[in-house]
Amino acid sequence: MIYRRIFGVPGWETKNPFSELENMRRQVDRLYQGLFSSSAQPAAGVFPLINLTEGKDRYMIRAELPGVSSDELDIQATASTLSLAGERKIPEENNGAKYHRRERESGRFSRVISLPGEINPDKVEASLVDGILTIVVSKAEASMPRQIRVR
Amino acid sequence: MTDSKEIKVKEKLGVTTPAEQTVPGRVFTPEVDIFETDKAITLLADIPGVKPEKLNIDLRDNILTITGDVDRLESADEEFLALEFETGRYYRQFTLSEVIDQVKIDAKLNLGVLRLSLPKVAKAAPRKIAITAG
Repeated sequence: MIYRRIFGVPGWETKNPFSELENMRRQVDRLYQGLFSSSAQPAAGVFPLINLTEGKDRYMIRAELPGVSSDELDIQATASTLSLAGERKIPEENNGAKYHRRERESGRFSRVISLPGEINPDKVEASLVDGILTIVVSKAEASMPRQIRVR
Repeated sequence: MTDSKEIKVKEKLGVTTPAEQTVPGRVFTPEVDIFETDKAITLLADIPGVKPEKLNIDLRDNILTITGDVDRLESADEEFLALEFETGRYYRQFTLSEVIDQVKIDAKLNLGVLRLSLPKVAKAAPRKIAITAG
């Protein structure tokens, strides 16, 4: 489209009618990126948040699960994934209590964690202590690093 | 609906404490539920990773301060593939409106949840005051 410039040097200018809006949108996008970037972005906001670390012969997965007992936790392992499901319950206080604050949440959760290498699903150990879940997963024999000797 | 709802992720809130920390590391605000009955105020706080010896509960001048330290979970030889949460200190402070019977305060730490029971001081029973002439 051909616009006539109203202010400034009189003349004609070919312009995309949406360029102003596009400029604004780009600026707003940049602002939003600044707001939401943090040290770690949780994968699709799935509960619980996990920390995954690797050792020479195993992977370790840790999660914060306050108020969850081991019988409310279901952990399953396949050759390359680990699934974690359960429910966090908050027991009812039935003595005519009047709540001033209610910040804690309860509910079901389910998360599948893909591991970067093959694991041995028969050698998985999990412990739940003080609300911290620690899962130690042994790597599959085939994917353990092997020392190669040079002749 | 018979299905319980799905729990959503909530990132831990970092906080700056009024005084500087002597121990370096992050400080988080634990989520709490507070309710009150005639007899007591009860506080439930989610503080996963805090062991009983690292938990400090202080009540003075009607200000309740809860501090709990969590050691670093990962050992030095582990390599991080994903880091979605950090650990550090849990800290939260409350002003109590009621007078609390300090001797009867009860604290229980189970499954990473602190249950703090603060019994209220029993109100003085009405007393008839005798008047002597003279």
